[in-house]
This record gives sequence, structure tokens and C-alpha cells, in this order.
Amino acid sequence: MSVLKKSKRSEPQSLSIRNSDVLPPPTGVSKRQRVMRFFNTPRITGRMSVVGKKESKGPAGKYFQRCETDDKMGEKTFERAEIRMFDTAVRGAVRDARLEIEDIDVMISGDLLNQMTTSSYAARDIGVPHIGIYGACSTMTEGLMMSAALVDSGYFSNIVCAASSHFATAERQFRYPLEYGCQRPPYAQWTVTGAAASVVSKNADETRRFPKIVMAIPGLITDYGVNDLNNMGAAMAPAAMDTMFTMLTQSGFDNDDFDLIVTGDLGKLGSDILRDLMRKRGIRLGQNYIDCGNIIYDVEQKCYQGGSGCACSATIFNSFIMEKLMNGEYKRIAYLATGALMSTQSCYQGETIPCISHAVIVESPYCEPKQQKKYNQ
Amino acid sequence: MSENTNSVSARNAEYNEYVNTVTPRTSIPKALFHSFTIGGLTCVIGQAIGDIVKIISPTMSKDMIGNITSMILVTVAILFTGLGFFDVIARQGGAGSFLPITGFANAMASASMEFKTEGLIFGTSVKLFSVVGPVVVNGIVWSTVAGLLNLWIMGL
Repeated sequence: MSVLKKSKRSEPQSLSIRNSDVLPPPTGVSKRQRVMRFFNTPRITGRMSVVGKKESKGPAGKYFQRCETDDKMGEKTFERAEIRMFDTAVRGAVRDARLEIEDIDVMISGDLLNQMTTSSYAARDIGVPHIGIYGACSTMTEGLMMSAALVDSGYFSNIVCAASSHFATAERQFRYPLEYGCQRPPYAQWTVTGAAASVVSKNADETRRFPKIVMAIPGLITDYGVNDLNNMGAAMAPAAMDTMFTMLTQSGFDNDDFDLIVTGDLGKLGSDILRDLMRKRGIRLGQNYIDCGNIIYDVEQKCYQGGSGCACSATIFNSFIMEKLMNGEYKRIAYLATGALMSTQSCYQGETIPCISHAVIVESPYCEPKQQKKYNQ
Repeated sequence: MSENTNSVSARNAEYNEYVNTVTPRTSIPKALFHSFTIGGLTCVIGQAIGDIVKIISPTMSKDMIGNITSMILVTVAILFTGLGFFDVIARQGGAGSFLPITGFANAMASASMEFKTEGLIFGTSVKLFSVVGPVVVNGIVWSTVAGLLNLWIMGL
């Protein structure tokens, strides 16, 4: 039904390859169709990730485009440093897409701080129209999903979406002062210092060689009654499970069609829980499942269960994963970032933590349209 | 409706139980050992400072020596906080580092450092007690209760 509407609305294009030709028809088990299919092939043409010192020493360190050695970056406050990092990421992504700031129609971005000061202040300095979004740690997928939708529908041709987080600013807002000597429980996570941006552009001849966003799934707010502020992995795993299950049942792709299924910042504990939850639903996550929070830090770095924060999955996606998509090592990936939508007040008032997970499916330009055969039989 | 709520709460309870079984916990003997070592070390250093002060000026009263010892310990703790290695010690020490007076000093110093960027009045002054507030409030409340009990049992 929704598919019919969409294909009617999309403009006829002269380009030969369109997603609508290769995508399978929707097959849903749930009544609610949650998969957004992009028929006009929005592509990710530019990317940039900036990280702090600690992240650059982690296992994925060599993939990041820029590493800041100083946490304050010569600025007066940590907040200013985050804004600067955000600015660098956005400008870098635009440059990477061989565009000028003037060519960007709108910026869709978010971060962890109250009233999203980082992205608004950065947008003020950059001077682009700005749509602020808050998805906690899932901001990057939410941004990608919305920019893909806006580009796909033809409203805009170049959109930059960005996300950032900073250990010091997040720590101050959600936990204790930095130098306060408190012990963290072994299941805590470490907020990633970093910012990342991607440019989503419409399909054209010169953007043919870039990875394309084929589908997106908006998440369902899932709350399984966890109210421990430190145990984010356990709180967010059910949200990831819900979106992942929807993705595998409704998108027409199954587990083996993805070269990589990557979740945002569940950490070691959360990703183990997710594996268990999925097994319960009859899906076995194999070697192709990784978690960004799990891989961003080394075990030696004493980050307990791994990284968290907007920048955790955003930087990994815009560096390591995009690089592998560009050179065709990964053909099709699913990127599900998870976010915990609580505030410190709501947790102290005894509320549980509602969580969300949006999914984006990205295909490499070298991806073969093998799916069609399967459905024609 | 109520059936639905019941099934959700049952599911949540089941999930939380499951989470509790997989969540790694701190090993208690190890934590006890660490906090005993760090806390004990702090006390030994305090005693040593007291003894040294006693050697320097033998005429000083016991209370005065105690005061000077705590002042030195607090100063050192604040200095360590500012230099950035108190939290490294505290991560190992746990209760051993925050129960002695040094922990209180660290909590105040770290809050004042953290909120310095918002200015002296709205930053440092407002947030100075953000971490130690509960300690101060409970100290006053329970000492009042203890005083009243004392008056009631002994005084009348």
C-alpha cells in the first residue's frame, strides 16, 4: 500500500539503477509496516569523524580521520571544545563530499546535552538551516534516516547529518564532576569523545560510486523496566532486539544477507544480552554481528563494558564501516544505533528507562541486486 | 487492560531477573581489601603527621594537633584532586578513599573545579555542595537526633 504511494510520488528518473528495481516486495508478519524504502537511492557522499585521544588509541584508532590530542582543544570550556569538534566534523564531511557549505541545504544533527546546545551553537557558526533531533545515542541513525527520507522525496539534494558527544560534558550532566573520586560499577560504560558527520546526497552520475541508503526503520520505544542509570546496555538491548527483529522479518533480507549487522553502544554486556534475546526469538546472530561500543576501546583501557554516547556509533560508522563499504569489502550492512531516552531527574524519580533503536540499511555501490531472484521464484 | 499491564510487568520482572544473572558484579573480598588498604594508609599517614607535629611542638594540645593533621590531609587531598590523580586512587580505594576526610575534600574540590566555567556565583558557589550536600544535611539531621536522644535519656 505504502509502496504504491511512494512509487507514484517519486519522479521518473533517467538513471538506470534504482532501488525499486532490486528491492523485494514487502513481506510483513506484523500488521504495522515499519520499513521505509528509499526508491530514489540517496547516497552517503561525504563523511568525517573526529575523536579524542583515548578513542584514537583504541582498536579502531587508525580509521578515524582526525584525532584530537587535547580534550579541551585549546578552548575555555569542554562545551566549546565539543562545538569545535562538531564544527570540524561537519566541515570535513562537506569537504569530503567535494561540496561547499553553500551547497548544503539543511543540517540534521543532535547531541547529548540539554537543549542540544552543541549542535545549535555549531549550526550558528556554520550558517546552515538546522533541524535538531534528539535520539540520545541513536542520533546518527535518526539523522541518516531523516536525511535519506528528505533527499529521497526530492525536497533537498544535499543534507549533512551529524552527532557528537564529549566525555567531560556528558559526565557533568549525567553523573558526577570529573575529578570526583567515585567507583564505577563493572557494568558501566564510558562516553566517547568525538563527533562525526555524513553528507547525504541525491542520486546522480557523479555520486554513483558512493554507498546508498536503501531502507530505514524507525524504532519503537521499548521499556523492559530497567532503571539502573549505569546499566545502559541491559536497558537498550530490548529496543535493539525489537528493531532488529522487525528488520529481519519485514525488510526481506535475512541474517546472512548482511555482511555486517552493527549496533550502536550496547557494550559487551548489552550485546551479549541482545544475542540471547535474539536467540529466544529464533535468530542466531553470528560472526557478522558487532557492537560499536564493544570495539571502540581496548580491554586494557579500563572502560568496563565499552563506549557509549552519540559519537560512539557515529564515529565508527563514518570511519571504519564507511571505508569498507566504499571499497566494497562490505556489500550490505545494517546499522542500528540504540538510545536511552532518560534524564537524571526521571531516573531519580523512580521511572524506568525507555529506549529506542533506529535502523538504517546501507549498501555498497558494488552490491549485486541478488535479492530479486529469490522473490521471483 | 489489567491483563495487559500484568503481562508487561511479568515480562519486565523476568527480564530484570535475567539481567541480574548476567551483569558482572564487583568482587567483595577484593573491594574490601582495596578499601582497607587505601583507608588504612590514609589513617597511618594522618597519624604520622600528628606524631611529627607533636615532635615539632611538644606543648601543643591534643585537639590542636588533630586540627592541624586534618588541615594538612585536606590540603593534600585538594592538591591531589587539582593535579588529577585523586580519582585514580579513589577508583581503587572505593569507600576507603571517600569515608575519611580526604573524600569530603575531594568531593568539594572537584565540584568547584567542574563548575568554575559558569562563574564564581552561579557556578562554584551554587554547585559547591552538589556532591557533599547529602553528607552535610544528614550530618546535621542525625547529630540533632542524637543530641535530642542524649538529652532525653541522660539529661532529664
